[in-house]
Amino acid sequence: MIFDIEYETMPREALEAIQLRRLQATLARVYAAVPFYRKQFDQAGLKPGDIQSLKDLRKIPFTTKQDLRENYPFGMFAVPMDNVVRIHASSGTTGQPTVVGYTARDVTTWATLMARSLSAGGATRGDIIHNAYGYGLFTGGLGVHYGAEKLGASVIPVSGGNTKRQIVIMKDFGPTILTATPSYALHLAEVAEEMGVSFRDLRFKYGIFGAEPWSEKMRAEIERKLGLVAVDIYGLSEVIGPGVAIECHEAKKGLHIFEDHFIPEIIDPATGEVLPYGERGELVFTSVTKEAFPVIRYRTRDITTLHAEPCICGRTLVRMEKVSGRTDDMLIIRGVNVFPSQIESVLMEMKGLSPHYQLVVDREGNLDTLTVRVEVDEGVFSDEVKQLQDLERRISKNIKEYLGVSAKVKLVEPKAIARSEGKAVRVIDNRKL
Amino acid sequence: MWVKQISVFLENTSGRIAEVTGTLAEAGVNIRALAMADTADFGVLRLIVDNTAKAEAALKAKGFTVGKTDVVAAEVEDRPGGLHRILQLLHEGQINVEYMYAFVQQSGSNAVMIFRFDQIEKAVALLRQNGVTVIDDDRIYQL
Repeated sequence: MIFDIEYETMPREALEAIQLRRLQATLARVYAAVPFYRKQFDQAGLKPGDIQSLKDLRKIPFTTKQDLRENYPFGMFAVPMDNVVRIHASSGTTGQPTVVGYTARDVTTWATLMARSLSAGGATRGDIIHNAYGYGLFTGGLGVHYGAEKLGASVIPVSGGNTKRQIVIMKDFGPTILTATPSYALHLAEVAEEMGVSFRDLRFKYGIFGAEPWSEKMRAEIERKLGLVAVDIYGLSEVIGPGVAIECHEAKKGLHIFEDHFIPEIIDPATGEVLPYGERGELVFTSVTKEAFPVIRYRTRDITTLHAEPCICGRTLVRMEKVSGRTDDMLIIRGVNVFPSQIESVLMEMKGLSPHYQLVVDREGNLDTLTVRVEVDEGVFSDEVKQLQDLERRISKNIKEYLGVSAKVKLVEPKAIARSEGKAVRVIDNRKL
Repeated sequence: MWVKQISVFLENTSGRIAEVTGTLAEAGVNIRALAMADTADFGVLRLIVDNTAKAEAALKAKGFTVGKTDVVAAEVEDRPGGLHRILQLLHEGQINVEYMYAFVQQSGSNAVMIFRFDQIEKAVALLRQNGVTVIDDDRIYQL
């Protein structure tokens, strides 16, 4: 079902007119209220009034994560604290956390976008949503929660963790929609199996998974193990949280970006040049309705491609492919660009292998070494050591063929790789550069 | 009728075998024979126990990867050349021994060896034809 039929199916021309009007208003506001943006404009010799078309957007300098950090905690807010009703923050695992704020209207906008997203993912008023995204500073839990209420569905605010209890709740309450990170969804399946509970006997129809990159192979595994239709949701707290883009359950082919609120661009991460639809590069967002924390040409560091072809679901919004990597996840190993998602694809191509893996990068002397740790479960285990060694060799060979990089494969015991309740730790880079 | 062996995947870290033996002790499972094959990074622990199903369930509950394989327990005369005779028979019969290890208990005056074959039925037939006693599963767990 399409929640917001007017905006989600709007003809391109009308949509662009709204985008431009909203963009111009946003630029005028940030220029007046945020010293950082005023400085960016002034240094580029620009005034907000110089932006006369959507094409002019590319004259404006980018905003980076580093800029947000330098304005920690509230330096990027465009309204007085009197008008801020909510604060979230990123986990800060890769440095200082980024703090974002919302006005009452931002909270409403976000709830509407999440209601659209849940709807696109298959949810209706009659559904019960088991929301296993973490509640707290992380935007996942509360984002889904407000959207579910806006939609009129029943939401179980179970949050992350306490996995065994979650399985009991699933059995007793009969939720029909699951929202979680994809790695946690698989963790739920594992724990259910240990408890002798089959997802096939539960009532789930759709799952809406996001907050970390995941592959098509992982989707197939989730759909098989959980017996539901799995769609991808995209968002980041700097832009608003989850609900920036959503896959429709009809096509499951690319995520519709809510362009009436966010203008997407794809750039070459090295040169900053804007690339046309169909080309792969870094995703950049400009928010055009946010009040407390607008972002102008914010570099997400997510790698994807935009497509403008119409979708069978009826939405006219542009689609982004599943995020296939991050500019900062990208490892350069002996000069070769390696994305963890590529390694994942190699592993999932091989029969019986589990999707639980971790890349460890070290430097021995002046040489980078890549070790891929892969969990051994019953699908590939053998009582013969030579079979297991042969498996290591085959994985290593496939990685070499597919990625052009040599890797040492190390088989590890099940659960040896930490499954955080939130995001899986896929890369350990021990190089001291 | 085949003897069931369970095998456990282990990383080469200190204390991992002790966790297996601890788990089995808690479950009241008695280990009858054991062999370890390892590489620099990992190992496979092979076990013959008195209660395979119980051992498997207990180890899986602790998160170990557990496999089950059919193996052959054969009596070997406890004198010089006893094992050699059997290996010679198998070699002539073109049967490959993937690995083997000794059982703790004797069977009467004979030693007992555990064999893992690539062609188990052919191997057992050959051994029996040549007068080698193959011990079936109900008896091995009781030895």
